[in-house]
Amino acid sequence: MAVSVDEAVSTGPARDRGRPARRRGGRGRSVLEVALLTVLAVVMLFPVLWMIETSIKENRDVYAVPAEFFGFTVTMEHFKDVFVGPDGGRSALSVAFLNSVLVAGASTVLATLLGVPAAWAYSRFAVKAKKDQLFFILSTRFMPPVVVVIPIFLMYRQVGLIDSKLGLILIYAAYNLPFTIWMMKGFVDEVPSEYEDAAMLDGYTRLQAFRRHTLPLLVPGIAATAVFALIFSWNEFVFAIFLTSSDSVRTAPPAIAGLIGGTTTDWGLVAAASVVFALPVLVFAYLVRKHLIAGVTLGAVRR
Amino acid sequence: MTDDAGQVAATPPPAPGRSRRLSDRGLAVAFISPALLLLLAMSVFPLLWALYLSFTDYSATRGGRAYFVGFGNYTAILTSAQVHQRALTTLIYVVGAVTLQTVLGFTIAYLISRRTRGRGLLTTLFLVPMMLSPVVVGLFWRFMLDAQFGVVNSMLGSIGLGQVEWLTRQRTALISLIVVDTWQWTPFIMLIALAGLTAVPKYLYEAASIDRASEWFRFRTITLPLVWPLLLIAVLFRAIEAFRLFDLVYILTNGGPGVSTETLSFHVYKVAFLGFNTGTASAYGILMVLVVIVLSQIYLRYLNRLKEG
Repeated sequence: MAVSVDEAVSTGPARDRGRPARRRGGRGRSVLEVALLTVLAVVMLFPVLWMIETSIKENRDVYAVPAEFFGFTVTMEHFKDVFVGPDGGRSALSVAFLNSVLVAGASTVLATLLGVPAAWAYSRFAVKAKKDQLFFILSTRFMPPVVVVIPIFLMYRQVGLIDSKLGLILIYAAYNLPFTIWMMKGFVDEVPSEYEDAAMLDGYTRLQAFRRHTLPLLVPGIAATAVFALIFSWNEFVFAIFLTSSDSVRTAPPAIAGLIGGTTTDWGLVAAASVVFALPVLVFAYLVRKHLIAGVTLGAVRR
Repeated sequence: MTDDAGQVAATPPPAPGRSRRLSDRGLAVAFISPALLLLLAMSVFPLLWALYLSFTDYSATRGGRAYFVGFGNYTAILTSAQVHQRALTTLIYVVGAVTLQTVLGFTIAYLISRRTRGRGLLTTLFLVPMMLSPVVVGLFWRFMLDAQFGVVNSMLGSIGLGQVEWLTRQRTALISLIVVDTWQWTPFIMLIALAGLTAVPKYLYEAASIDRASEWFRFRTITLPLVWPLLLIAVLFRAIEAFRLFDLVYILTNGGPGVSTETLSFHVYKVAFLGFNTGTASAYGILMVLVVIVLSQIYLRYLNRLKEG
């Protein structure tokens, strides 16, 4: 209350200034706002543009000092190097990309298969200590990966899952499961349970009612959730670098990170590999832009 | 409570006998337990194992028997000056990065919410950094911040400013880390703040403008109080993520120069995978997990209250 009184007092002079003056000030402010927004947008987007630009520059232009923004020769060499190895065969990077597709895809399928039924059950049934269970599930996702990876590493070494795609698939599925359950529970909550009740009055069992009436309505939600799980697995780095080592198993993030660290770094190649790596993510993210808030908050915040 | 009550009400009133209800419970168990089993195997069991290891002197390379050392690892970590140093670095980094992101993210969201045209396009453009992998972000900034041929220094040079050794000087390296993290995660705060801003009912502003309330007054008494709860959720979420951060440090600075950008996560990695003191690293990790549990409990409690309110 005290605050509003202070405010009312402080706005006194502004009120006296009269309408036309304020309107002119408003236009000036609007121009200023647009200018500020433009500057911020340029700053935020410049690194992305620079990455794309670097990926199509010849090597001598990449290292040019001062940096060349325009008028460089365009080349597709770096993109060729991403996919074709020096000996003309498949490059190590392209193998890593294929591994990434396989690992991200399989872990997403697994997380979806386990997560969707669980989300439905949490939404529909009176489960004991439901809220605690759900919060527990989400909190597993907050564990620091560097910490979790220590016992996982020992565990995998024991059962022979070190440096295997299956090992990565399992850990990614577990990593995406809390998200899938939370996100899907939101979607299931939106489908009225009366549909199932009505179907059950018609003689269907609960399971049949779910399959015939609820599941078809959930398909868009499942697709959006799966896309996010796909993005998370695709981008994941910590587990990948500690649990895999050989070129035939490694996914793209550690493979791209492995391009630096020698005596010289081919930044053109790094840029091209990064562009190839990031492009599908941006396309997918654009497809699920309606669910972005729920997606990036792990299904915790919905609108 | 409210959820459960809703569920009870949703089941058809004429209870169709015991068998139906039993089969519902069976179905719930059958649908939930596979998911919980995977989480138990891949999240809970490893943490319990780490808890056990944290009381031993086990080393992953030496192998052999692990001897019980009680709370030795814990006291060693809590009294280590090295760890205190890393905790301070982490604190500076988390506070610095999250504060910057919040201020910038909210500013951008506010500016966008005041535009009538091009909102969708602007939002989409601003969101790009957030969707990139930390590997791509780290590598690319490393290239841009390079002291010799980096574009940032090149631009500074062209406006007559001196060259900065972004990643190779103690003080600037931590600042660079904060800047890069801010670049990547400002969109996150922006996205959530924007959701809050667009949800503020128009009639409140209309009522305020009838009263000829000033812009700042409207902002202070309408916009901020209504957006604040959602913004706090975003800030807490970012704080947890920033505390856990590992990959960006690993790629961008590798903890250097010296130990100036070694956060707690990165130090755990060094103790575990370069020092091979698995027991100590586990104790270290468990302590970090405790911090995360406290932070995430605050987050989840707050989220819960928000949902019920």
